[in-house]
Amino acid sequence: MPDILNFDKFFLPVDTWISALVDWLVGNFRPQFQMIKWPVDITLTGIDSFLNWLPPIIILIFIVLFAWKFSGKAVAIFSLISFLLIGYMGLWSETMTTLAMVFSAVIFCIVVGIPLGIIASRSDGFAASIRPVLDTMQTTPAFVYLVPVVMLFSIGTVAGVIATIVFSMPPIIRLTNLGIRQVHPELIEAALAFGCTPKQVLLKVQVPLAMPTIMAGLNQTIMLSLSMVVIAALIGAGGLGVPVFQGLNSLQVGLAGIGGISIVLMAMVLDRITQSLGELGKR
Amino acid sequence: MDEKNAIVQVKNLYKIFGPNPERAFSLIEQGKGKAEVFEETGLTIGVKDASFEVYEGEVFVVMGLSGSGKSTLVRMLNRLIEPTSGHVFLEGKDIAEMPMEELIQIRRDKMCMVFQSFALMPHMTVLQNAAFGLEVSGKSVKEREERGMKALEQVGLGANAHNYPKELSGGMQQRVGLARGLAVDPTIMLMDEAFSALDPLIRTEMQDELLKLQEQTQRTVIFISHDLDEAMRIGDRIAMMEGGRIVQVGTPEEILKNPADEYVKAFFRGVDPTNVLYAGDIASDKFVTIVDHKGEGLRTALEKINRAERDYGYVLDRRHRFKGIVSIDSLKQVIDSGTEDAKLSKAFLDKVQTVKSSAHLQDALPFISDVPWPVPVVDEDNVYKGAISKNIFLTTLHRKAE
Repeated sequence: MPDILNFDKFFLPVDTWISALVDWLVGNFRPQFQMIKWPVDITLTGIDSFLNWLPPIIILIFIVLFAWKFSGKAVAIFSLISFLLIGYMGLWSETMTTLAMVFSAVIFCIVVGIPLGIIASRSDGFAASIRPVLDTMQTTPAFVYLVPVVMLFSIGTVAGVIATIVFSMPPIIRLTNLGIRQVHPELIEAALAFGCTPKQVLLKVQVPLAMPTIMAGLNQTIMLSLSMVVIAALIGAGGLGVPVFQGLNSLQVGLAGIGGISIVLMAMVLDRITQSLGELGKR
Repeated sequence: MDEKNAIVQVKNLYKIFGPNPERAFSLIEQGKGKAEVFEETGLTIGVKDASFEVYEGEVFVVMGLSGSGKSTLVRMLNRLIEPTSGHVFLEGKDIAEMPMEELIQIRRDKMCMVFQSFALMPHMTVLQNAAFGLEVSGKSVKEREERGMKALEQVGLGANAHNYPKELSGGMQQRVGLARGLAVDPTIMLMDEAFSALDPLIRTEMQDELLKLQEQTQRTVIFISHDLDEAMRIGDRIAMMEGGRIVQVGTPEEILKNPADEYVKAFFRGVDPTNVLYAGDIASDKFVTIVDHKGEGLRTALEKINRAERDYGYVLDRRHRFKGIVSIDSLKQVIDSGTEDAKLSKAFLDKVQTVKSSAHLQDALPFISDVPWPVPVVDEDNVYKGAISKNIFLTTLHRKAE
């Protein structure tokens, strides 16, 4: 047996390297990472306190009207029943916090993700180089990077949102890239022939035509962030994850159950509404 | 302005696809063809040494099979494809070398393009599409809606302004494409196989539409086509392309009469010459003409026709204007009836019709086939230009069909 395949003799201490890397980052760059928290903190706190300050009736009316306008009567009725149910189960405030976490995570995903997607669509090199990064972001088990997130950003809801942003950003980058690349080359040629600058081609032709695909990416991003905000309760984030983990820890199946039901209902409402936003873009 | 004012001049234009295109030039100089250059270097010759001029107000058709480089050629005129070398002068300025900002300005103000696949913006209404060029150049909403609407009305789509393109039929969509070009009021319209995606009936309709628009405003149109009938129909002049080269430039007639090589000849083989040739083109002046003056009598006329071994004579006045036809029989009849001093006009045949020399052969055909005598051809002033016999007509058909 060749010596080179002796896995006991040859061993890569990758685990030690990673620990060293994280320790080094924490030791030298913690203040910088704490600075990243600041905009997330402001956005999250703002949305959270606003949603919890608004009387539930206003939020209900808004959700129903929004759902009605974009997705029709059925979704509007479904949304009304879902949120009423959540309220009656006593999880209104947690739901608002989760909603705030999802919204802030999604806002950052849009602000960072769409420009990155646009850059990726214009440069094959960039697209190829971010692809493994996106794969890593999306597939690394959440529990694995919760630890370094805590070490760099400490615990709490803001750290939870940051973990959520990392986890849920890839789809919007990927689908923005895809949507823009799928715009028919003849249309771009036509835009150029009529004297569009590259910026005009992007804003007048590529982005509007990629909109349905970008909206599909947004939908995916929202769904992923919903699944992550619950896990984020592990590192002290508030919201609907809290009853779920309390229930699990104390074997209160009912408590975990209502937390789970609320998340599923909220996910379905958000999914239906954002999906019809995408359909709208298709005309 | 001079009628033959060259508005576009293309000089030694090359497009070679692939990395380091210089490698191809030395091989081209050695006289190597497209296939050989590709074999040796992996480079593809798109357009090879194209030089031609387009005159103001004409419809200039670039004609060739697919892969002949015609689409590449037209895209180098507005630099959607960068030329490898050579010059494209538009009103004296070299498009091939101008900086991007200047080029964008030219694309906005002077050129427009109509595409085979229409290339309408699906997220914009018909009106917004028609006004697209104006939107891009930053015109006010009011101005672009006005001008867009005017362009739509020109192509008969005023009523569909607020539809979306996909709600329209193919022919209507291409009218929007045409309106989008017209709205910017360009000096030059580039039309890349603009009507090729339409079914034949609609295609003919659109060709007529284009000709109608040309009657109203004489624009310079550079039209790419692989359809010879289309080229013949709308083209004032045609450039024939093969393998990236321009093999011949000329009026449809010139090319039909003197094809430069076998390729061009092969192209024209299937063409119905009656579409392309005019009555004046094939009229023969070898028939007997009799100028009607005092010294000319029935007998001298008869004598002339007999001596030429013909059956008919064409009577003209002193200014060679056509008066009528006499035949040996009609002359003899008048002479036999005893009125020897009668005027020639007594012997004129009935039901004689003339054909204008500018008439298409197609339109002249019924006259030629209906009567036994060769049909006289006259110009606008009724001046006799010759005559067309059935024999001449059939020979023409036969020769072109070879």
